[in-house]
Amino acid sequence: MLATAPSATIPANAPQAATLPPAFEPRLLAGQLLSAGPESWEQHRSRLGELPGASARRAIIATIERSGLIGRGGGGFPVGRKWRSVAERSRRGAVVVANGAEGEPRSAKDRALMHLRPHLVIDGGLVAAQAIGAEELVVYVGTEHQEAVRSMRRAIAERARRELVAIRLVEAPRGYVSGESTAVVHYLNARDARPTFARERPFERGVGSRPTLVQNVESLAHAALIARFGDAWYRQAGRCRTRGTALVTVSGPVLAPGVREIEYGLTLAELLAMSGGATAEIGAVLIGGYFGGWASVEDLWELPLDPIELAEAQLGFGCGLIGLLDAEACGVRATARIVGYMAAESARQCGPCIFGLGAMATALERLATCRPVPGDLENRARWSLQISGRGACHHPDGAAALLTSGLRVFRDEFDRHQRGSCAHPTGPVEG
Amino acid sequence: MGTSLQVDRVRCEGFGMCAELLPEVIELDDWGYPIVRGGLLPEDLRDLAERAVEVCPVLALRLVPPERVRSALQPRSLAPHTVLRSHGGG
Repeated sequence: MLATAPSATIPANAPQAATLPPAFEPRLLAGQLLSAGPESWEQHRSRLGELPGASARRAIIATIERSGLIGRGGGGFPVGRKWRSVAERSRRGAVVVANGAEGEPRSAKDRALMHLRPHLVIDGGLVAAQAIGAEELVVYVGTEHQEAVRSMRRAIAERARRELVAIRLVEAPRGYVSGESTAVVHYLNARDARPTFARERPFERGVGSRPTLVQNVESLAHAALIARFGDAWYRQAGRCRTRGTALVTVSGPVLAPGVREIEYGLTLAELLAMSGGATAEIGAVLIGGYFGGWASVEDLWELPLDPIELAEAQLGFGCGLIGLLDAEACGVRATARIVGYMAAESARQCGPCIFGLGAMATALERLATCRPVPGDLENRARWSLQISGRGACHHPDGAAALLTSGLRVFRDEFDRHQRGSCAHPTGPVEG
Repeated sequence: MGTSLQVDRVRCEGFGMCAELLPEVIELDDWGYPIVRGGLLPEDLRDLAERAVEVCPVLALRLVPPERVRSALQPRSLAPHTVLRSHGGG
């Protein structure tokens, strides 16, 4: 994981850097060994140099746009376009929120980044603040990620007095929806981390009624490197169509599960090899997190882990979770567990999410335990349609899409459960 | 300039009065919450729609310019590749 010799040229307008992160090596996780823990301000600065000066700030949005950087929280929205939307409205002084809530239960990449490379996150937040005219940077960290909280606090203390932008850390309450952008703004304004249905979006009217950019911490960390080394450097990585590198979390039966940085376009086969190989036969993969979907190993094996390629295959890169399911595990139970979790994590504000998602989870639980009642599968199809797009946020849509993918990948298993038996009654429960 | 109907999902408590007034564009789901047909509101329903906005007991219904309609009033494609506004704030 250590950085090696630079393999790209430094753009003329870039500041002098001690070393340029190599294009096809880890970028976010370059530097000292990850086992050495958080990188200090001194180490960070001597490795990467200072951020570009004020004169370069105006051009940064165009640079980010040219880089093709997409958001890493799960939605994949172009970062440059998002910044431009806020910048156009930021006359009153905008706010940047570095979103490290990471409520996705099996994703660990944001907490790892915040823990190990906290100054890269702050740098990205400062670049965004400069670009959109913000005077405040809020680092919003999931309260369950205490290692990340401590590391970010220490890093903010090392930086606070040097920067013109006010930086503060706010711990995000537990909960799957706490990181949804309107929930983030709601929490920072009113200590209530439930999504809202305000007329104006956060980029129009957010924290303290000011235009607010809510951006995932990994997206910001990439932006910090693009600001230093340019869009052409960023675009050197990527084996397929989407450019750049990405943090992924590999979970399930592999020798070395955990967070890794990959080039977009790596195949699942390569990622498994990087992870020490599988320790059991893999049957299916949950890709992109609980907002993503199931794919069979056969379908995914040679497919590039590339957001564009995955979208064409009706899958999503999402938050970069690669959850491997043991071939001996029951796909119906694994799907029911996730939908049940999503139903329990509803903010319980919108009828379709409370009742529709709840009913779906209950029916699925009956099916998983081989006690279906007539109509469960038929209702499921209607409920999926009824709940999608009908919440203040997309929580119910995500659960419906996950279930749809489960029905496709585990069709035979679902049919068997509908008839009252399970092919893997004693298989591992993880899913 | 046309308008569209939008339901504030947080406010809506499923009274269903909107569906009684505007069966042409609003139906109720299995739990009595409105499903609004997407797109522009037909001009001849405008008066009834304004009435529906007024009588909603929790003021959850709005008439908005179509470009301001949020959170897909019609069910989205269920394919998981649908770009969902994620919980990670991009």
